Amino acid sequence: MSTARAAAILLAKELRLEFRTRELLSATIVFAMVIVVLFSFAFDPTAAESRRYGPGLLWISFLFAGSLMLNPSFAREQANDTLDALRMAPISPFAILSAKMLANFIFMSLVELVLVPVFSVLYNVSLAGVAGRLILVLVLGTIGLTVTGTVFSAISSHARMRELLLPLLLLPILTPLLIGAVEATASLLVDQPELDRTWVALLAGFDIVFLTASWLLCDYLIEE
Amino acid sequence: MKGRIASTVFAAALIFFAGYAALFIAPDERTMHAIQRIFYFHLPSWIAMFTALSVVFVANVAYLATRKAKWDALGVAGAEAGVVCCTIGLATGPLWARPVWGIWWTWDARLTTTFILWLLYISYLLLRGLLDDTEKKATLSAIFGIFAFLDVPLVYVSNRLWRTQHPQPVILGGNGSGLDPTMSKVLLLCVIAVMGVMIIILLDRYRLERLRHEFEELRQEVETRSIAPASILGKEST
Repeated sequence: MSTARAAAILLAKELRLEFRTRELLSATIVFAMVIVVLFSFAFDPTAAESRRYGPGLLWISFLFAGSLMLNPSFAREQANDTLDALRMAPISPFAILSAKMLANFIFMSLVELVLVPVFSVLYNVSLAGVAGRLILVLVLGTIGLTVTGTVFSAISSHARMRELLLPLLLLPILTPLLIGAVEATASLLVDQPELDRTWVALLAGFDIVFLTASWLLCDYLIEE
Repeated sequence: MKGRIASTVFAAALIFFAGYAALFIAPDERTMHAIQRIFYFHLPSWIAMFTALSVVFVANVAYLATRKAKWDALGVAGAEAGVVCCTIGLATGPLWARPVWGIWWTWDARLTTTFILWLLYISYLLLRGLLDDTEKKATLSAIFGIFAFLDVPLVYVSNRLWRTQHPQPVILGGNGSGLDPTMSKVLLLCVIAVMGVMIIILLDRYRLERLRHEFEELRQEVETRSIAPASILGKEST
């Protein structure tokens, strides 16, 4: 079976599993909203300050929500040792990893799809004119988040205290992604929005580096 | 054993002499005066840190390629020595910055990068502590180590684009840069001394990790041999 076909079947399995209960998605969306609301209490921003701090708030909530949401990705395979069954299948380990990455990318995109309009309303930031460019930034940022996050989810699933360990491993690695995504988003929220290409290039570079590294190292990551 | 004692005594003497040279032999700096002398330990600690963390990266890659436990031991030894040097650098930096820049800390590219580096390698050591299975620990921490190393240039570039305040390199910074010859000699001595101490810490930690590994193997062997008779005799068997 080709890697792409195996990955597609596994992706369908991941999606079916999640949409049966939708518990991961709903919990993550609510958690991200809690952060957005708490921020408003903590800083009480004016309209101008919202534009200044908004991009940072938005990405911090995505990173925190993502680092919690990615945890069950591998951990829930352990309940019935289902990862061992997947390993025994005659498919490449990259099919298993990429199916999980894609599934997490879809889940995270759905979270963002709900959260960005909510943020726009609550903080009075108009995003209508820049939707296309904002989606590009969101996609690039989310790829980086889910690629590294899925790999680290596989690492932390074997450890004790994995719920705490995953954010600890993931968030420092994501520093360049956070800076790039926040600056690129900020360039879209000013009066004359123009997408800052430097930051888009940085985000793309981050995605390429870690996607390549995951592809090279996935044999070691998904082994007995 | 004799070699180890001799090398440790030599490194201790060297670091003592380096401290003396930095305080009394090196000439006074024109604008910063005495506080500038911290530089003789600040810069060498960074050089030692980068050496140690490069050792970690090489050890991580070599472990995944060969699966020999000695590379894993080298990885953890390098990470611990690197974190120690990084802590020295992060501690001496603000002490120097406060009188000279007027602030303890600034979110400049180099400062932020090393701070993130420090967090990344502490996470590496924490991760090792939280993985129980020996082989899993070695493999997964090697993967994390490689990811962390790949992240360093990205962190640096992103912070560089973001803002920068740290002085441009003085020693090889083109026209008008350069050190007084005596300063250069003292600096070189300090680099050698700090590197010497780092290497001794690293090698000692490496030996300790190898001994631990050996001990663990022997303990497991004893366990597998003793289970059978113990259960026959009805004594406690776990």
